[in-house]
Amino acid sequence: MKGGGERPVPFRGGGFEARRSRLLPPAALAGLVLVWHVAVAGGLANPLFLPSPVSVAAALWELAQSGALAVHLAASVGRVVTGWAIGTALGLAVGLAIGIVSAARAVGMPLVSALFPIPKIAILPLFILWFGIGEPSKVATIAAGVFFPTVIAAVGGVDQVPRSLIRMGQSFGMPVAAIVWRIVVPGALPIVLSGFRITVAIAVILVVAAEMIGADEGLGAFVLMAGNLMRTDQLLAGVVVLSALGLAGAGLISFAERLLLRWR
Amino acid sequence: MELLLEGVSHAYGDLPVLEGIDLTVRDGEILCLIGPSGSGKSTLLAIMGGLLRPSGGRVATRGAPPDGCLNPLTYVFQDFALLPWRTVAGNVALALEHHRLPRGERRSRVGNALAAMGLGEFAGAFPRQLSGGMRQRVGIARALVVRPAVLLLDEPLSALDAQTRDLLTEEFLTLWRRERTTAVLVTHNLAEALRLGDRVAVLSRRPGRLREILTVDVPRDERSRPERAGRLAEMSAHLWSLLRTEAQAADRELADRR
Ligand SMILES: Nc1ncnc2c1ncn2[C@@H]1O[C@H](COP(=O)(O)OP(=O)(O)OP(=O)(O)O)[C@@H](O)[C@H]1O
Ligand SMILES: [Mg+2]
Repeated sequence: MKGGGERPVPFRGGGFEARRSRLLPPAALAGLVLVWHVAVAGGLANPLFLPSPVSVAAALWELAQSGALAVHLAASVGRVVTGWAIGTALGLAVGLAIGIVSAARAVGMPLVSALFPIPKIAILPLFILWFGIGEPSKVATIAAGVFFPTVIAAVGGVDQVPRSLIRMGQSFGMPVAAIVWRIVVPGALPIVLSGFRITVAIAVILVVAAEMIGADEGLGAFVLMAGNLMRTDQLLAGVVVLSALGLAGAGLISFAERLLLRWR
Repeated sequence: MELLLEGVSHAYGDLPVLEGIDLTVRDGEILCLIGPSGSGKSTLLAIMGGLLRPSGGRVATRGAPPDGCLNPLTYVFQDFALLPWRTVAGNVALALEHHRLPRGERRSRVGNALAAMGLGEFAGAFPRQLSGGMRQRVGIARALVVRPAVLLLDEPLSALDAQTRDLLTEEFLTLWRRERTTAVLVTHNLAEALRLGDRVAVLSRRPGRLREILTVDVPRDERSRPERAGRLAEMSAHLWSLLRTEAQAADRELADRR
């Protein structure tokens, strides 16, 4: 090369690696709260429209003390867990069937594509007619919202299991059930689990929507009531609890991923 | 156990890949299968093991499988086909799990297969932690654990580097001498075919027919001796000339089509 001298080769390979950080996630949340607080305290926002984090925390404390929080949280969590479990169980069963059986795919995929975009909350009145105004219609709404993305994730998961592994199973004379259970299901698991992240959020969104339409208890009902009374501090306290609920769900799934996908 | 092929032919849609294959794989021999790329070697192997239904002809076995054989026709795959979520021991055990076996026998079979391939200390490792050579050892251990009557190997070493390939070839031979399992080995490597094979079958370009079956007339144990090198080189040159004409013709065919 012209121009003689030595020059170190600059490093340019960094970035893009997934690294777990313990500090950054809480720091990001803390940063958000800080910006919020400064904005309100500095007079940028009207405390009536956007109460400061301090008054939201106070409202939260008050709710926890009075026991109202526990009641609403328990009602919502109960619905989320039941609805999510039902939607997930049905979604996995249908998704596996579609992924594995060609006939099921031919029938199922168009149906899923046609029904998935229907806003589940728009058919809540129908669910109320079918299942009654009580718990079942709310649970059904959540289950329906969870069902379709689960089907799509399960089909995608099955599709990306390498054909060569299935052939390997066949070559050892494994029965179909064993191939499904020992090769297809574990192979589809990573995609199914990342689908769970989405369905958990959907379940939380839908429980609030369903509770806003017809419920006395539950975080959705509570938030709606607080809004009607212009208790924005309570409203945001409810929102914070909802967000924590979503975070807890995501945390559970991360835990499951670490447990089940150790091999990656 | 012997494997008999009579008039086997195959077409994918309207693309004929194999035509009129008559072949007997003899008991206890290693038959190497060579041929230009696309000549239908993998297809033929898949037909031999019942993974693919041929468009014509028939495949049969003759003779009893060895004692304790759970899967007479057993494959070793080029891409290893290991389950990434199972450990080495789990991958080997997979081949046994759908058979009713006493727990003790299952454990001893897996242990023996791992030991035979020198995998004892890797039993708990996951495939991603292993080198290519080690992964194929797992693939071979998984095949041995069912005590196969016929081993069907589709370019089992071609994903490996040359040194690993030589090492594994020798190890495979040592193991093979113990059981003398009938084997069909697809390879691109003439040296490998002449090191391992009792006979070498040459397929023509697509649609694959049997061009020739060459008997390697040097005893296997003498093949590394210098005084035998001449005869082996002769055979190698002969096979190479067969392959070259076929490969050249195949190349041109593809070029003409475009
Ligand atoms: N599933 C399939 N569908 C359609 N065509 C196929 C299929 N599998 C293989 N072929 C075609 O059949 C021909 C023979 O394929 P095969 O894999 O048996 O050849 P091969 O001799 O093993 O080649 P290679 O040396 O590259 O492994 C090729 O032209 C290939 O493109
Ligand atoms: Mg091939």
